[in-house]
Amino acid sequence: MLERKTVSQTKTKRSKISKETKRQLLHYMTLSRRIEHRIERVLYRQGKIVGGVYVGRGQEAISVATAIHMLDNDIVAPTHRDMGIFLICGVSERRIIAQYMGRKTGVTQGKDGNMHMGDLKHNIIAFVSHLGDNVPVAAGAALTFKMRGQDNVAFCYSGEGATSRGDWHEGVNFACVHKLPIVFFINNNQYAYSTPIELQMPVKDVADRAPAYAMAAEVVDGNDALAVYESAGRAVDWARSGKGPYLVEYKTFRMTGHSAHDDAGYVPKELFEEWARKDPIERLQKHMIDAGELTAEGIESMENEITAIIDDAVDWADKSPYPDPEDCLKGVYHEGR
Amino acid sequence: MALTTYLEAIRQGIWEEMERDERVFVLGEDVGVYGGAFKVTKGMLDHFGPERVVDTPISESAIVGAAIGASYLGMRPVAEMQFIDFISCCFDQITNFAAKSRYRWGAGVPIVIRGPSGGNTHGGPFHSQNVESYFYNTPGLKIVQPSTAYDAKGLIKAAIRDEDPVLYLEHKYLYRRIKEELPSEDFVVPIGEAAVRREGSDLGIITYGAMVYNALDAADILAKDGVETEVLDVRSLQPLDENAILETAMKTNKVIVLHEACLTGGAGGELAARIAEKAFDFLDGPIIRVAAKDTPVPFSPPLEEYFLPQVDDVVDAARKLLAY
Ligand SMILES: Cc1ncc(C[n+]2csc(CCOP(=O)(O)OP(=O)(O)O)c2C)c(N)n1
Ligand SMILES: [Mg+2]
Repeated sequence: MLERKTVSQTKTKRSKISKETKRQLLHYMTLSRRIEHRIERVLYRQGKIVGGVYVGRGQEAISVATAIHMLDNDIVAPTHRDMGIFLICGVSERRIIAQYMGRKTGVTQGKDGNMHMGDLKHNIIAFVSHLGDNVPVAAGAALTFKMRGQDNVAFCYSGEGATSRGDWHEGVNFACVHKLPIVFFINNNQYAYSTPIELQMPVKDVADRAPAYAMAAEVVDGNDALAVYESAGRAVDWARSGKGPYLVEYKTFRMTGHSAHDDAGYVPKELFEEWARKDPIERLQKHMIDAGELTAEGIESMENEITAIIDDAVDWADKSPYPDPEDCLKGVYHEGR
Repeated sequence: MALTTYLEAIRQGIWEEMERDERVFVLGEDVGVYGGAFKVTKGMLDHFGPERVVDTPISESAIVGAAIGASYLGMRPVAEMQFIDFISCCFDQITNFAAKSRYRWGAGVPIVIRGPSGGNTHGGPFHSQNVESYFYNTPGLKIVQPSTAYDAKGLIKAAIRDEDPVLYLEHKYLYRRIKEELPSEDFVVPIGEAAVRREGSDLGIITYGAMVYNALDAADILAKDGVETEVLDVRSLQPLDENAILETAMKTNKVIVLHEACLTGGAGGELAARIAEKAFDFLDGPIIRVAAKDTPVPFSPPLEEYFLPQVDDVVDAARKLLAY
């Protein structure tokens, strides 16, 4: 059985990460933060967003610094706080905002909303609300890679709460029995809606579950983008080289309510304060400034660039039409010959 | 006297049953500290304590399975699905363990599985479904859906006191929109009895859940043309009040069956078949079903509006039927 490694054992040198990669990480993390801010705190309040909004504020490093390891033809099955994945996979900001506004030009053309979107052209499998359901599905993609002798990897995401579902365990077990090329990325933000981790699982870490599946696993600081980047690289290399599944648990915190209507009154204020000090974006900025890889002007111009991208996306989405009512009937089955 | 919302009526019903019978307890995701995603169990943790208000992991199969196990030892569990859509995750426990238990080995399963169902809230495909038909073909389950605050309270109490597993389907669109004055004394609404919401002899609309209000609105419009419409609220799909349904059919001779779930394979087919089999001689026209479109529940407002049966759809169907 594989021993679970701990963070300290796996810490490797950061000096290997190029300045260009760090800039990319910072760009996508900031873009995720700003786009979700615009959706949750501006557009939602203006009544321009349809339905619920779930954001990954404070967790941006996880989606971004893992998915950035995707190579051509890899596949990803995100969960509901993974905006960064869509951005990295090249889904346009315009289509994303339109998705949240229920427009015809949105990723699902108004059929579904918010994070419930996917696009196989971008190698993204759409999330269904039913937590954990994406795990067996991602395992099926990994099975196909193995059958075809393709050196691709399935990237599969869950919150810690989703790991309580039977489907989660069935998918993980299946993947481990068949040594499939898949990595399970867990964002452990310590809450599932109002439910704290102690009421979710009897083990201290989600990674404690891995030995029961003879799976390699580690626990990493999810608010340290560079640690996320390195650990994800290790895990993906492991899976890509045919050694089987790998689980990485990222400790983080949900710096918001469960959704836009939830004030998270059940979360002790001190926890928000404590985790605000560990903000992943500020940490990466500080690291880069200290290393002489970023300046205050650099941050400002990145922010300006991102604001322009989002302004354009909002403007475009807002001008986009809603779907025609009869579109309701389209696409239930294959259309055409 | 104060008006009680549909949602508050459910909460009161559970609360009073917990006061009345110490075997009653609730379990589900976020039902304790948070009081449930829609606040149906608000205040229960403080009042009844964590032994009787059990916050569970995200494990619907375990929620229902545990309810079944507790019921074998004499408990009366009320299991919450955060959204009824997630009931698919515990399909097996419900349809195989709970539903077949009494028949196979005589062990009753007096549990209630409840949760918010229905659309019209832009919840999209996974927060809007009507699930009754997934379960309607499973003997051993009871299925109820209240449309009024009175019924919400009376049916949840009846469900908790029932000796068999009851699927209690709340309509989330009605939660805070429907309110009425409720009696202060204890009452139940017996499972298996339909209610006439409006009397009439020209046309019968047989329906349940939120669609009761669409039927009543349609009846108002038709009344302007002098058409007297009867609206029958089925309330309980299983057991079904067949007599009440046949009475409405025999009295009005023209019947529309209306529900919010998709048309094909929906409960409306069963209701229509019963009428066709047993009241055929009384019918002056075809039984018309009005239901949601045969698609997943779409998210965007124009799509969802098109998907759901609207008052106009009912009126149009009525006019066609009245022409016979
Ligand atoms: C099977 C299922 N049950 C319940 C829900 C309702 N729900 C949506 S998100 C959520 C909490 C998820 O917690 P976690 O997996 O830790 O992810 P997080 O939201 O913390 O990122 C719940 C209970 C659901 N989506 N699916
Ligand atoms: Mg969580």
